[in-house]
Amino acid sequence: MSVPRSRLRASDLTGLAFHGVRAHPMRAVLSGLGIAIGIAAMIAVIGISTSSQALVQQKLAEIGTNMLTITAGKDYLGHETKLSPDALARIRHLDGVEEASWTSDVDTHVYRNPYVAAGATGGLVVRAAEERLPDAVGATLAQGSWFTIATRGLDTVVLGSTTAEKLGITEVGMQVWLGERLFTVVGILDPVLLAPELNTSAIVSPERATAVLGFDGIPTTIYERSEDADVLRIRDRLPQTVNPASPGDVKVSRPSDALAAKNTVDQVFTGLLVGVGSIALLVGGIGVANTMVITVLERRQEIGLRRSLGATRPHIRAQFLAEAILLAFLGGLAGALIGVAATAVVAVANGWPLAVPLLIPVGGLIATIAVGAIAGVLPAVRASHTPPTAALSA
Amino acid sequence: MTTVLELHDVTRSYGSPPTQALRGVDLRVDEGEFVAIVGPSGSGKSTLLNLIGTLDRATSGEVLITGERVDDLSDARLSALRAHTIGFVFQQFHLSEGQSTVDNVGSGLLYTGMSRGLRRERAREALISVGLGHRLDHKPKQLSGGERQRVAIARAIVRRPALLLADEPTGSLDSASGETVVQLLRELNGNGTTIVLITHDRDLAERLPRRVAIRDGLIVSDSGDPAIAGQTKSGVAA
Ligand SMILES: Nc1ncnc2c1ncn2[C@@H]1O[C@H](COP(=O)(O)OP(=O)(O)OP(=O)(O)O)[C@@H](O)[C@H]1O
Ligand SMILES: [Mg+2]
Repeated sequence: MSVPRSRLRASDLTGLAFHGVRAHPMRAVLSGLGIAIGIAAMIAVIGISTSSQALVQQKLAEIGTNMLTITAGKDYLGHETKLSPDALARIRHLDGVEEASWTSDVDTHVYRNPYVAAGATGGLVVRAAEERLPDAVGATLAQGSWFTIATRGLDTVVLGSTTAEKLGITEVGMQVWLGERLFTVVGILDPVLLAPELNTSAIVSPERATAVLGFDGIPTTIYERSEDADVLRIRDRLPQTVNPASPGDVKVSRPSDALAAKNTVDQVFTGLLVGVGSIALLVGGIGVANTMVITVLERRQEIGLRRSLGATRPHIRAQFLAEAILLAFLGGLAGALIGVAATAVVAVANGWPLAVPLLIPVGGLIATIAVGAIAGVLPAVRASHTPPTAALSA
Repeated sequence: MTTVLELHDVTRSYGSPPTQALRGVDLRVDEGEFVAIVGPSGSGKSTLLNLIGTLDRATSGEVLITGERVDDLSDARLSALRAHTIGFVFQQFHLSEGQSTVDNVGSGLLYTGMSRGLRRERAREALISVGLGHRLDHKPKQLSGGERQRVAIARAIVRRPALLLADEPTGSLDSASGETVVQLLRELNGNGTTIVLITHDRDLAERLPRRVAIRDGLIVSDSGDPAIAGQTKSGVAA
């Protein structure tokens, strides 16, 4: 006598898994919750960080990475030394230079009004700036305007964004106390990404600074811009150009590199949070395993019945494994949706572009399948060892 | 007549030190028979039915189903045998609450690898044959106890088993519903299905063609052993 083997179709196995999960919806939701939270946290963390980076990238693309900053270096006391007065002219003559300008620290301070204590400078710096500075550093004005022929010779000042905020200046026309004189605010800058030191500056014209603030007319920092392709070549030639006598003292930096470096720091932080998400996923997996163990104990009679209907041990194992995987997968799916939604909310609130690399939710779902499979192994094996007679014993 | 079932000196012990639930049982059931197994609680009836149904293995002795010895078969081969040859009916029905009667009955064919469409078609036929053609899409909860047991019977016979086994199928039914179930089983037997049934119900057993009485793990009487036709063993009548 030859009896054909027991067989279970793949489609029926899937049906059994869905049926098992649907039999206890509340339990499915609760046991999938851990995994959902883990996946949601991971996707939100990565999504939010990539979205904010996308903003930086977008800005960098806008303002360019072709700006170089030249300083004279520091003396043995750590003070910035001065560049030679004709350095700017020499740089402008360099082949490929499109835009160049300078700023210089002025030895005085700025206050909201004359009654503020002299020591309370708030870290704000008074700088004189050459007229082409906004073009060189890519600065834009939030309010008012840059110095004009008319305002250059008067007691006027342009404030960096942080300076305006700290001094409580909300609109042009208001006055600040600078170098023992009242200066009228004619412009307020937007935050300058590539020259953040300008954000904490109060900028005056060199003419006025020389006239009333004792400024010596020598630049501290030069900002230079060129075609992207020329950046490296110019960078190499700058020290020689600026200080032929002692090129080693000249410091040339590329601020966009610093921004990129900041992103790397973010990635370390992201890695940490992803680690936390993985732990949540692991805990979620334990939750699924726990639920499955209980399910198997509760369903001894069903298992016995299936064995009496001809299910083999591998069929029973497959059924409970599929159920565990489905449970984890549904949790992961919910988590992915929540994670993307959370990222979208944060991105919209901050005005960032929404950027979730597709790899992350897809990878997350694959991870949940793996977690479900691992979580389901032990309960599934236990289920398959339930004796067939369990159907008869009440 | 072909022999559907043969037991030779079968014992089954539990635990250690071993206590014997069956202590040397010989039984032969031919095709088309309807056998009632009767006996007091704890006498070993369910143990015997589990062995016949290959849900359990004998400690010693031989069990033959449709001529083949099953004692040494692998778990996979036994599962295959159950999937195709043996049908079970349980006292507690064991129906799936979330599924319609058609799908419950169709699950009797789940492990034969048959397609869902074909399973449902066969299930419909089986339900019609147990008189539930008007209850195809009902859920078990919407059915009476007797109807539920008839669904369970349909699930057991949907794969046309050579042997139908029932452990107290009327045990949790009132007498009227129980009677419809018994009538159904008699009908199935009339159409050629071999049935072995455990019952506590004396009246029911009396009406069946053959009664095997069991006590303390031994067969104490058999009203119609085909092997010893005409002879009656000494002991208590069922
Ligand atoms: N899994 C088991 N482990 C240990 N002992 C068992 C097991 N199953 C049955 N027994 C014992 O075997 C004996 C026979 O049990 P069985 O269930 O076959 O009796 P039964 O005739 O079906 O009784 P009932 O009419 O109450 O259903 C009993 O003494 C019982 O305690
Ligand atoms: Mg019993």
